[in-house]
Amino acid sequence: MATLAPPDASNTAARPSGRRTSSRRYAHRMYPHWFLLPGAAVFVVLFVVPTFASFYYAFTRWTLFDVEFIGFDNFVTFFSDPQLSKGLTNTLIFGSLTSGLKIVLGLLIGVLLTSNIWGRGYLRAVIFFPVLVSTVGVGITFQALMDPYDGVINQFLGLFGIEGPGWLTNPDLALSSIILVDVWRGVGLAALIYMAGLVAIPQEYYEAARVDGAGAWHRFRNITVPLVRPATTTVIILSLIGGLREFQLIWVMTGGGPGFASDVLASVIYKQYAYGFFGLSTAGNVVLFVVVSAVILPLFWWLNRKQTEL
Amino acid sequence: MSAHTHRAGRFALAGLATSLVLAGCSGGGESGDAEAPAEGPVTLEWFQGSGVETNIATAEALAETFNASQEDIVVEVDASGPSDSAELDNLMKTRLATGEMPDMFWYNSGSLLQALNPDQTMLNIADEEFVGDLDDSWTSAVSTDGGVFGVPVQTAGGGGIFYSIPIYEELGLEVPTTWDEFLENSDAIRDAGYVAVQQTHGDAWTAQIMILADFYNVWAHDPEWATKYTANEVNFADDPVAVQGFTKLQDIYERNYLNEDYASALLNDGLEAVATGEAAHYPMLGFAQATIATNWPDQAEDVGFFGVPGEADTEPGTTIWMPPALYAPANTEHPDAVKEFMAFVASPAGCDAISEALGATGEYLVDGCTVPDEAPRIVADFGPYFEAGTVAPALEFLSPVKGPNLMQISVEVGSGVRDGQSGAELYDADAAKQAQQLGLPGW
Repeated sequence: MATLAPPDASNTAARPSGRRTSSRRYAHRMYPHWFLLPGAAVFVVLFVVPTFASFYYAFTRWTLFDVEFIGFDNFVTFFSDPQLSKGLTNTLIFGSLTSGLKIVLGLLIGVLLTSNIWGRGYLRAVIFFPVLVSTVGVGITFQALMDPYDGVINQFLGLFGIEGPGWLTNPDLALSSIILVDVWRGVGLAALIYMAGLVAIPQEYYEAARVDGAGAWHRFRNITVPLVRPATTTVIILSLIGGLREFQLIWVMTGGGPGFASDVLASVIYKQYAYGFFGLSTAGNVVLFVVVSAVILPLFWWLNRKQTEL
Repeated sequence: MSAHTHRAGRFALAGLATSLVLAGCSGGGESGDAEAPAEGPVTLEWFQGSGVETNIATAEALAETFNASQEDIVVEVDASGPSDSAELDNLMKTRLATGEMPDMFWYNSGSLLQALNPDQTMLNIADEEFVGDLDDSWTSAVSTDGGVFGVPVQTAGGGGIFYSIPIYEELGLEVPTTWDEFLENSDAIRDAGYVAVQQTHGDAWTAQIMILADFYNVWAHDPEWATKYTANEVNFADDPVAVQGFTKLQDIYERNYLNEDYASALLNDGLEAVATGEAAHYPMLGFAQATIATNWPDQAEDVGFFGVPGEADTEPGTTIWMPPALYAPANTEHPDAVKEFMAFVASPAGCDAISEALGATGEYLVDGCTVPDEAPRIVADFGPYFEAGTVAPALEFLSPVKGPNLMQISVEVGSGVRDGQSGAELYDADAAKQAQQLGLPGW
């Protein structure tokens, strides 16, 4: 006994029969996209419009009340003034060192925490905890710990007779100290991403390698590292973007000091804004935008291209 | 199940949600906008930063005395602003630009005022009667071509070097009248095991005092220097007298006069060092003597003051600082009440309130105000300079040009990262940015 399903509205719409039906089909297809409109409006107004506006204001001297077009003067000042250009070099150093350390340490910790060690679950929670704590809280805490005379770190070193340096007060060490604190804070996230990548590697490869007589280092270098490449790509991109744009940790720990020793682009931009040099600050933002894009986009393309070739 | 009930339920829920949202929106607007009813007193909020105890004590003393003297206006002090001076500057500018400043606020006079754009953001009091009672040098530090904006809330005092009298007596030293004598004194102090010059880079603003306090020596050579500086005819790096402000800092670093913890010590650490006789010299502004008197009352008489010495051909003098001021934003809600409080502050009654709270701290800038006879040692040391007329207002009160990075540059020169000459060049470039931002001609 065959039962014919009664024809319903959608079937009628699907039958091609002239202009009226295809506009209904179009409206039907476009219906879900209308839900995107509020979000898109917010995005355009709050992100896209200010970005393009900033490209204009970067070429002006701006006092909030009047605007004077001055061409490339802001950018010339930015690159010739030693206080400002130091921020650029510091940013590149900070971004590359934090990213590099997070990749290496993250992978090692990830390998450790995916092996059968005791207390693995507890250690995984502990390693991720600093990522969740407020950056400002971390900065203030480490600023107190790193105080050259009253700080716990130097007092601890003093127990062994070592005179601890001025971690944040020595102009040569200040940026390195902040880099170490940032790695402490961010390595948990890198380890987490690596752990996800590591558990996806099929165990057969390791067994086959062990059968062939490959040692632990060989297995690590020839199986783990290549096969965890998607995770590596993610960690590189995320940590590099974050590192190039880092502001809170540096501002809270040293305010860009002593002098200008630990200034990065973000803190330079903030200081120019605080001094009321709005045009110069906007120019700094454009420089930051260009630097981050110039570093990340080619890197992203290169990393992903290599992956598909594999 | 009925589709009708479901749909009605959904509409009811949507209507309820919308009305809750609207109720939340409208609730906020009620509190601040109504006129104060005639029966209750008007409350004025006086906003300031939290960094300097003396300033908060001064504001509270003025508010208390004023509140007790009449019943229509109650002044409340809100000292919740940031203690870091760069952040405070930023907050003041932002609040004025967005119109969110409370009824009144406490801020510096001089060039820092200019950076707030007073013509457009602040209440103009040029036509008030009490403005005639103010000293001319004060009025020029709080005005623009467009008006007068503030009344003084403390005294004018010197800025220079606090010195430890016990150490001087022990080593048989005399107050130096030239920079070479200062270096000789400091050598003797360093060799005797004391800290010759205390610095406190932990509070970066204190690092620039040496440079700013040296301005008297520049003014003594050329009283018109400030006017030329504003017109970009002279600058620090090329002027052999002006550059000494920076090279003096370099001398202090190179001759090993500094305390061990100079890079992280704070203002209070510095005051403690000179009060308790650990350090012999500490460059500081005179107003800080009130902190010494409060925290180390037994040692208050052990600390004296002298102006930064210059070359042998200059009569020794001191740079003086105008006090901070009480201002009001242009959109203040109770301008008449604010002006009444300003009139109180700019009167002998106001000066007496300050004297009661802080004792003698310097010279008042309001006609008819008297300084108490009993003055702490530091304040007493200002006296001879004022009487001889060997005083010059600091550059920031004679010229609107002041580069915002001076404190960081001073930290660099004072820690030996950079030498004095290149510090001066860097500062000139920094000041040029500020001058261009202000739209001054000639830059």
